[in-house]
Amino acid sequence: MGASYTRYMPSEPLHAAPPPARGRLITRDDIAALAAGAAIFGTGGGGSVDMTKVSVEIDLDLHGPVSLITVQDLTADDAVIVLSAIGAPSVGIEVISSANQMETILAEVARVIGRPVTAIMAAEIGGSNGVAPVGWAAQLGVAVLDADGMGRAFPEATMISMNVAGLPSEFAVMCDVIGNVSTLRPVNIAWLERHARALTAASGGSSLGAHYLLTAETAPGAVIEGTVTRAIEVGARLLASTDPLVDLADVLDARVLISGKVTDVERLTEGGFTRGSVTVEGTGSDRGRLNRVEVQNENLIVLEDGEVVVSVPDLVTIIDTETGEAISTEMLRFGQRVSVLAWPCDPLWRTPRGLELAGPPAFGYNIPYVPFVSNPELAAEVQR
Amino acid sequence: MSAAQGTLSIGIDVGGTNTDAVVLDAAGTVIAWTKQPTSVDVTAGIRASLSDVLGQIGERRHEVARIMLGTTHATNAIVRRRQLGKVALIRIGAPAATSFPPFTAWPDDLRDAISAGSTIVGGGHLADGYPIAPLDRGAIVEFLDSIAGTFDAVAVCGVFAPSYSEQELEVEALVRAHVGIDVPVSLSHDIGDLGLIERENATVLNAALYGVARDVTRALFTAVAEEQLDAVTFFAQNDGTLMGVEFAERYPVLTIGSGPANSIRGAAFLSGARNAIIVDVGGTTSDLGVVVEGFPRESTLPREIGGVRTNFRMPDILSLAVGGGTVVDLASGKPSNDSVGFRISQEALLFGGSTATLTDAAAATGATPVAGLSLPAIDDATRAALGTALAIAHDKVESAVERMSLGRVVLPLVVVGGGGFLIPDQVLGATEVIRPAHAEVANAVGAAIALAGGRADHMCDYADRSTAIEAASKAAIGKAIQAGADPLTVEVVEVVETPVSYASRPTLKVSVKAAGPLARIGSETSNPHHTRGEES
Repeated sequence: MGASYTRYMPSEPLHAAPPPARGRLITRDDIAALAAGAAIFGTGGGGSVDMTKVSVEIDLDLHGPVSLITVQDLTADDAVIVLSAIGAPSVGIEVISSANQMETILAEVARVIGRPVTAIMAAEIGGSNGVAPVGWAAQLGVAVLDADGMGRAFPEATMISMNVAGLPSEFAVMCDVIGNVSTLRPVNIAWLERHARALTAASGGSSLGAHYLLTAETAPGAVIEGTVTRAIEVGARLLASTDPLVDLADVLDARVLISGKVTDVERLTEGGFTRGSVTVEGTGSDRGRLNRVEVQNENLIVLEDGEVVVSVPDLVTIIDTETGEAISTEMLRFGQRVSVLAWPCDPLWRTPRGLELAGPPAFGYNIPYVPFVSNPELAAEVQR
Repeated sequence: MSAAQGTLSIGIDVGGTNTDAVVLDAAGTVIAWTKQPTSVDVTAGIRASLSDVLGQIGERRHEVARIMLGTTHATNAIVRRRQLGKVALIRIGAPAATSFPPFTAWPDDLRDAISAGSTIVGGGHLADGYPIAPLDRGAIVEFLDSIAGTFDAVAVCGVFAPSYSEQELEVEALVRAHVGIDVPVSLSHDIGDLGLIERENATVLNAALYGVARDVTRALFTAVAEEQLDAVTFFAQNDGTLMGVEFAERYPVLTIGSGPANSIRGAAFLSGARNAIIVDVGGTTSDLGVVVEGFPRESTLPREIGGVRTNFRMPDILSLAVGGGTVVDLASGKPSNDSVGFRISQEALLFGGSTATLTDAAAATGATPVAGLSLPAIDDATRAALGTALAIAHDKVESAVERMSLGRVVLPLVVVGGGGFLIPDQVLGATEVIRPAHAEVANAVGAAIALAGGRADHMCDYADRSTAIEAASKAAIGKAIQAGADPLTVEVVEVVETPVSYASRPTLKVSVKAAGPLARIGSETSNPHHTRGEES
C-alpha cells in the first residue's frame, strides 16, 4: 500500500440523495487546485493526477459537492476509514476499476467494524491518491476527512502516521476489479503490506484497499491534519500565480534550493521502485552551482558539494520554473528548466518513531537526519 | 518499361493550405517539385500537383513506380467535426473497467457526432492472461440489435487486448455474422498500445474516419488512374512509415501526425543526415523535432486529438513562439507571442507596414529575408530594440536545440521553412547548421522516402523476457509486412523494455518496432533512405 498507485476512475451513482452537508464543501471548482497542490506534495511520486482530476470532476458533476470535515468535527458516531489504490501504474492504465469496487469495500468494512462508515481519508495527500478519495466520497455519499497519513507521498505502507502514532493495524479490506473481496487481519502493517502485495498480484496487479479505522478518539495525533485544505490552498495559489516560483515558496514556506536546468537523469527500476538521481545545474544567479537529487519513487535527498542539504522525511519537490507545475520522477527529462523546493515535514515525522520509519536509514542512506529549516535567519530569531 | 521496373517515387503532401508533390529518382535526387493550392474536394489539388510534376519529367513518367501520400485530412475531419461516421462501441472487460464509461471526458459535440451507443460486456484479460470473465456473446448481440440501423461502423476494445487479441477477433467475427460481412470493424489491438481509455478513444476515432479515408484514397486512385500511371500507392503514417492504401482505409487514424513526421524525415533526408535536429521555421512558430536513425523521435506524453485523449505515437515536437511574423515589442525589445501571420506582406516594416517583426529584426542586422527588399530608415532606438529581440529569439532557439539534443553536441541542425533566415549559422548545441535545397517541400519528400513499419507490445515475467521479445518482434514484423514491407529486408529497428514498477513479480513490458523498405517485384531495392544509411 505504497505511493506508486494506479489511477482509478469511479463514476457510477450509488446514492440517490446527497448526504447532509457537514463542515465545508469541496466543489468541482476546487478539484483543479486540489490536483495541482497534491502534485506538489507528491514530492516526485504518488502517481499522476491528470486522469484522476478528470474523473473526480465528473464524480462531483454527477453527485454534487463533498463534505470536508476536520478531526475536531468528528463525533462518537463517526467511523473514518483510510483508502488507497494498490498496483503498478502500467497495469492500472489498462485494468480500470469496476463501478462498485469502492462500494463493495465500504460494505465489507461496515460489516467488519459493525457500524457504517461516515467518512474516508486519503492514505497519502501526495499525487493521485490525494485527489481520488474526493471522487470516492462523492459516489459513496460520505465525507472526506481533512487529513492524511503522510502529509506527502511515501513508497511504503509502513510509512504512515497511524503507524508512527502506534495505532494497531488490525484489519484491512481489499477488493479487485473482478469483485473478489479479501478481509485481512494482519499482526502488523508490515505483514499487511506483504499480504496485500501478494493478493494484488493474484488479482492481476491492481486492487483497492481500506485499512485503519479512525474515530473521534483515535484520530487526534494519529493523522496529519488539514492537508486537503492545504493542498487546495497551495494549488489555488499556483494556478492564480503570475510568478509561480515566488508564490509557491511563499505559500509553502519553502526554500528555493536551486533554479537551473536538468543536466542528468539516472533512473533504474528495481524491486518495485524507481531509483536514481537527478542533477540540476544552476543558471542565472545560481550559475556555477550543482544540486543532486536522490530519488526512490519520491525525491529523498538533495546534495550539494557532497553535503546533504535536505533529506527525508522533509519535503523536496522539483517544479517547472516557468509554470510552477510539479514534475514527477518519471517525467523528468534532460534540459528541463526546473527549480528545486524544500520545506519541513510535519513534526510527527521528526519524532524518534517517525524517523525510524521514514528517516534516511529507512531508505538505505547511512546519514544522520538534520531537520531542514527553510529560513535559517528567521529561525534563529524565533525559537520554536 | 513497366512500373515494376521503374525507379521513380512521387511524394504528395495534402496540407490544409497547399498540396505539394515531388519526384525522387533512385538516387534520392529531387527531379521535380510543385506547390498547388489544396482543393475542397481533395481530388483537384492532388490532380493538379500530380499533373504538374509529371509534366516536368516528361517521358520519365513511365518510370514512376510508387506514389506516397501524406495528409492532414483525417485530423481536420476530427477537429472540424465533419464527415464523421456513427460508431457503435463494444468494450470487453466487465466487471472491470466499468467505472469510467465509454466516451467519458469527450467534448459533447464530438461525442454527439460520433457515438451511436456503447456497451461494456463481460470478457477481457488480466496482465498475466487470466480471463476476467467469459466473453458475453449474448450481450453483444443484444446491444447490436438495440441500435440496429443507426451506426456506420463498430469499434471493439478489450482489456489487455494488445497482449491477448483473440477475443477482439472473435467479436469481429460475431459482428460480421450478425450485422453483415461489409460492416467496418475497428479492433483496438490493431490501433494502439496499453492504456485502455486512450486506445479505446483512438479505436472509436478510427471507426469514425472510414468515410473520410475512402474519400482520400479514392481521390488518389482517381488522380492516378486519370494519369494512367501503373504505380503502387501508399499512405504515410504518424511514425514516418508507410502503409498500403487498403491498410490506410482500415486504419485511417494512423495518418494523424504524419505531417510533422514527414517534415522531420524529409528535412533530414534532404540534408543527408540520418541523425539530426530539425527546425521548421514558419510565420508563427518554430517547430523542432529530432530524427534518430532515420525515424522521428517520439513523444512520451499523451496526445489529444480534437479534445480526445489518445495514446498515439507522435513525433516529439517542441514549438516555440519564434517565427518570421513574430511581433517585436519595441518598448522592451522582446519578441511577443503574437504574430502577424500571413499578413506579414502588408504589416511588417520591410514591406512598408508599421509592425516590427522578427523578419525586420533579421533585416536590421544584415540578413536579406526577402530578396530585393531592404528596411526603410529606422531610428537608433528601434534598431537597438530589433537587435535585442533577435538576440532573445536566438537564445530561445539555442535552448530549445540544447533541450532536444539531450545535452550532447553531436547532431547537426537542419533548417527548413520560410523563416529559416532567423536561425544563425552557428547554434550552440548543434555541430553545424545545414540549409538543404528543396526545404520548402520537405513534407512531400518525407512521404516519398518513408519505410513500411509495424509495432507490437507484450507484457511478461522477467524470466520470459527473451521469449516475449521474440513474440513481439514476430508480431511487429508481421504488421510491417502487412503494411507493405519487403519480407526479405524487414528488420527490428527498436526494442524498448519497460520494467513494471510495484509489481510483486518482476514484470516487463516489451515494445518492438520493425520497419523495412517497400516490397517490389523484379527489381533491386532502391529506397533512397535505405541506400543512404548503408553509405554512412
